[in-house]
Amino acid sequence: MAEEGQQHPLKIYYWIWVLLFVVSFFSYMVDYLNFQGAVRWTLILVFMFVKAGFIIAIFMHMKWERLALKLAILGPPAAILVLIWLMSYEGLYVEDTRLEYYGESTMVPQEVPHH
Amino acid sequence: MSEAVLDSGAEIEAPGTKGVVDDFARDKQVFGVPWGKAMMWIFLLSDTFIFSCFLVGYMMVRISTTDPWPFPSEVFSLTVFGTSVPLLLIAIMTFVLITSSGTMALAVNMGYRKDRNKTFWLMVATALLGATFVGMQAFEWTKLISEGVRPWGNPFGAAQFGSSFFMITGFHGMHVSAGVIYLLVIAFRVKNGFYEKHGGNYEIVEITGLYWHFVDLVWVFIFAFFYLW
Repeated sequence: MAEEGQQHPLKIYYWIWVLLFVVSFFSYMVDYLNFQGAVRWTLILVFMFVKAGFIIAIFMHMKWERLALKLAILGPPAAILVLIWLMSYEGLYVEDTRLEYYGESTMVPQEVPHH
Repeated sequence: MSEAVLDSGAEIEAPGTKGVVDDFARDKQVFGVPWGKAMMWIFLLSDTFIFSCFLVGYMMVRISTTDPWPFPSEVFSLTVFGTSVPLLLIAIMTFVLITSSGTMALAVNMGYRKDRNKTFWLMVATALLGATFVGMQAFEWTKLISEGVRPWGNPFGAAQFGSSFFMITGFHGMHVSAGVIYLLVIAFRVKNGFYEKHGGNYEIVEITGLYWHFVDLVWVFIFAFFYLW
């Protein structure tokens, strides 16, 4: 670590700033151009991870930290993947149970008002 | 063991996992960063779990409901000059938050250059952008509430939409509001020379920046999973 903490040329911040705008624009376009299904979900996830990566690595300076800190902070959230996996199965099971006992939904949603 | 080894994190890092083992095994600060920064990272780690639980809970209720899920693209559309633009407000909010992340990154940099004036103004700009974001969120909440969206139900589809929406965006908005106050406190301390009396160390700006970037980071995930999915 340098004697005065994280000092880096301004150029890299400007670059990441611009890239964040561009990638956000792309992810907005996913909705605007009305992509659906697997393409939509893949694009959303790719743009999301690119943006998150830029923010953590450059703006939060994780790229320049010691590996000990990187592992201590970025490692534990991996446990969330297990929670996602468990809860998606649980969600499907609850949905099946509801269909079994209550039947299909009879809800007729209203149109969203435009004003 | 000499004094220098005991309290500084400044020695050369050994490559790969050997460096990790060294850092944890020695009688010294593990991470080689100021304690305030390490503590902020650990706080953010815990906050990561809180937001993850909200988002996973949202995923679970969205999977398990048999009612149709409202289309976020339509629910959050705005009518501009007679045409309905999907997710317009959310797009603007996203851009405001990214802009504020940029000004924050510059403030951190100027802090380390000890340019107190620029640091102050960049932090104030960040806080103003954050306040703008919260204002737009209040507008969005007002709009949805006036259309009948409630935590326990809404006219556009599954009831769980409202509860997820108010919990997730409300908790995020609370973080942004707290961040605005935090930023202003530190900005004014930078301006009035508070840190000059404490050795002219501006690491606090970076620590504040970590919190702010984290709030932006959470929004990236909310934007992807709640608004776009």
